Amino acid sequence: MELGAVLEMRGICKYFPGVRALEHVDFTLREGEIHALMGENGAGKSTLIKVLTGVYPKDGGDIHLLGHDQAVNIRSPQDAQNMGISTVYQEITLCPNLTVAENMYIGRTKGALTNWKKMNTEAGKLLDSLGIPALPAQQLGSCSIAVQQMVAIARAVDMECKVLILDEPTSSLDEQEVEKLFGLMRSLKEKGVGIIFVTHFLEQVYEVCDRITVLRDGKLVGEYVIEDLPRVQLVSKMLGKEFDDMAEIKSESDTDNIDYNGTPVYEAHQLAGTTGIKPFDFSIHKGEVNGFTGLLGSGRSECVRAIFGADKTTGGKVMIDGKEVKINKPLDAMKNGISYLPEDRKRDGIVGDLSVRDNIILALQVMKGFFRPFTRAQAEAFADEYIKMLNIKTASSDTPIKSLSGGNQQKVILARWLLANPVYLILDEPTRGIDIGTKVEIQKLVLKLAAEGKSVTFISSEIDEMIRTCSRLVVMRDGKVVGELKGDDLNQNKIMATIAGGEE
Amino acid sequence: MAASQNSLKAKGSGENFFSRLIHNQLFIPIAALAVLVLFNLIADPSFFALSLDKNSAGDPVLSGYLVTILDNASELAILAIGMTLVTSASGGQDISVGSAIAIAGSVVLRVLCGTDSRPTALQAPIIVAFIICVLVSMAFGAFNGVLVAYFKIQPMVATLILFTAGRSIAAWINNNELPVISDPSFGYYGNFIPGIPIPTPVFIAIACMIIIALVLKFTNLRLFSQSVGINPHSSRLNGINPEVVKLITFIILGVCVAVAGFIKVSRLSTINYSVVAKDIEMDVILAVALGGNALGGGKFNMTASIIGAYVIQFLTTTLFKFKVSSNAISAYKAVVVIILVVLSAPIVREKLTELRKKLVPEKSVKEAA
Repeated sequence: MELGAVLEMRGICKYFPGVRALEHVDFTLREGEIHALMGENGAGKSTLIKVLTGVYPKDGGDIHLLGHDQAVNIRSPQDAQNMGISTVYQEITLCPNLTVAENMYIGRTKGALTNWKKMNTEAGKLLDSLGIPALPAQQLGSCSIAVQQMVAIARAVDMECKVLILDEPTSSLDEQEVEKLFGLMRSLKEKGVGIIFVTHFLEQVYEVCDRITVLRDGKLVGEYVIEDLPRVQLVSKMLGKEFDDMAEIKSESDTDNIDYNGTPVYEAHQLAGTTGIKPFDFSIHKGEVNGFTGLLGSGRSECVRAIFGADKTTGGKVMIDGKEVKINKPLDAMKNGISYLPEDRKRDGIVGDLSVRDNIILALQVMKGFFRPFTRAQAEAFADEYIKMLNIKTASSDTPIKSLSGGNQQKVILARWLLANPVYLILDEPTRGIDIGTKVEIQKLVLKLAAEGKSVTFISSEIDEMIRTCSRLVVMRDGKVVGELKGDDLNQNKIMATIAGGEE
Repeated sequence: MAASQNSLKAKGSGENFFSRLIHNQLFIPIAALAVLVLFNLIADPSFFALSLDKNSAGDPVLSGYLVTILDNASELAILAIGMTLVTSASGGQDISVGSAIAIAGSVVLRVLCGTDSRPTALQAPIIVAFIICVLVSMAFGAFNGVLVAYFKIQPMVATLILFTAGRSIAAWINNNELPVISDPSFGYYGNFIPGIPIPTPVFIAIACMIIIALVLKFTNLRLFSQSVGINPHSSRLNGINPEVVKLITFIILGVCVAVAGFIKVSRLSTINYSVVAKDIEMDVILAVALGGNALGGGKFNMTASIIGAYVIQFLTTTLFKFKVSSNAISAYKAVVVIILVVLSAPIVREKLTELRKKLVPEKSVKEAA
């Protein structure tokens, strides 16, 4: 092993039916470094990590760990844990119906008996020291996604690991929480822990990482020291082509054609919901892209859920093309030409065991009616069309959607709602947890749809993305609409200031 | 390099065929059926003998163990249809079907007998009795369905209510009397229609299969119930009403119960409230499980469930044939069922595939060369 390395993976191979997920990939993690693992969707990052943590058996190659003379054989996640490899996955893999403390210690108690009191006290201490706002005896499911994520990290940290894997840990955290996490990562680094950091946020990579390993299509592109690899270069290495800067996106958008004086496509007056948002007004015009922004929990998702009828509404008036309509349930909204891509893809978006094809046709099929199913040939044609159009990477349209990578799952859900041919499309965090290439694709698609005359509401935690795609932003704080920005006001500083407060 | 790639390919295709076979949902029920057939062939080939005899009414009818199996499995197959749908949408099972059959049968008799428990003539047309029985069974299905869908009670717990109360309700419907129908035309549905040598329940079961095949083809029942069973949250956001879908599956099971109940009382022209269709719910659930359907809901294969029903009946009849006492029969069944269900578990199938991988790598290399 290389001097100072805690982990060496050599020539790792992994095949799935019809796919070479990893081919002869090398990866080295040194003591006390934060090492970014970068790559597009399907580049093999998640697979490499699952091989390292014993979720998948490897089909070739060796793994060497500090303190083991010979190559180790990691047979299960439990095995990996015992060897000092801890993981926090992108999707939270804890048990929501257990308490926070139970989640932190599950599977790690020695013997058959558990000292509940001691467990809760220790969990409390650790949570305090990390500044995580959760009580040990609280049910995990009652915490926000961000807090659940942090509990997962606390669990990993407490296992005194040598190798800590963070797979997209920041995708559901807001900036302050990310800062807290980075603080934690740096202090672990000083203690000599090697951290593998998988993320799609370039800024974060350059903020905390020491080294970058880039994968593409299951192969190793290279390992770089962070100073030697400027951003543009990194992106071009990930995409495998010279990268035309994302700034180009904005130039394509053309907001001059929007007739702001005409009747809005969708208009809500004092729409009120049961989910803790104050009654709000909202409208969107033909061909317009607007967005809701605000911190996590500010009510931006709750607003669009109310618009779609996903949560119960308690009052207010809704008009489509100037005509008053009642939207009490999702089907009402769908019949009025509204589509909604939900924030939580796993819980609300995909139907995991169903095929890609069934997932694509689902919404349109429901609108068409129970007694009028599409023929197999029709469904096949729809699926093939959108798989091609959105460049969805799947073995076939028969593949269950759950075996696709996150970004491709998201594209399938997007295909579902595009197929429904809406006049008004709501996209809640469509770019969360997916790679840059797909993010750019989705943003371009949004602008293309707008150019075709569709109206789009776009929500993203990344303010950059919102500025690039939206022509108007509704700013939320604590369940209330606190401002609306457009034109020259659409810049990072102004948005931050509005989010942060300072009532006019 | 090229050679090694070739061998990889050859190995891949060999694996594909085998694993496709192993992973096909019909594999386990059909294999189980084959084993039972083989066992009987070896133990006593006369098991498969068919003969054309005259029954008590003097009509020629087919008899033999195979006919018994086909005949007796009819109720099981019909119920397996409804149970498969309920399992798919609700992720649980209805354990009240036996009791509900008692109610359905009791209703049929009540309508046909009127106030007299030994009527000389039918008091109502048989079709009327059947329709009322269907409506009542649908209502009880809806009762279960509402508890499961709207009150979010676990299916097994919700249907425990009717499981417990059903047979008492059935007795109460006929004032605890045991009506007997003497009109022979009522017996046609559970026995033979004069001149046709094949038992009528076989035809009724086939009709039900054709109907469910048409329903699955011409409606979205499959897509909707699978979708609800897999992920109710996203189903709702796609405009499906998960509660209604669950309710519908329970009502469909109610219809299946009505048909099965009707056959049951027609077989004997009378009813015994405490033993009619006793424990049939367990056989039905086993049929669904044997068909490789996840009892936790989601995807289903209707054909596999129906074959599963016939396998269960084949097993029961085989045990009877070998003079296993009826008390001991459940124990034998349990052993066989354990083997079948373990074999059909995905984890075991994967191990089998792995085993095959280990056993035949040399062969694949030879193929490549």
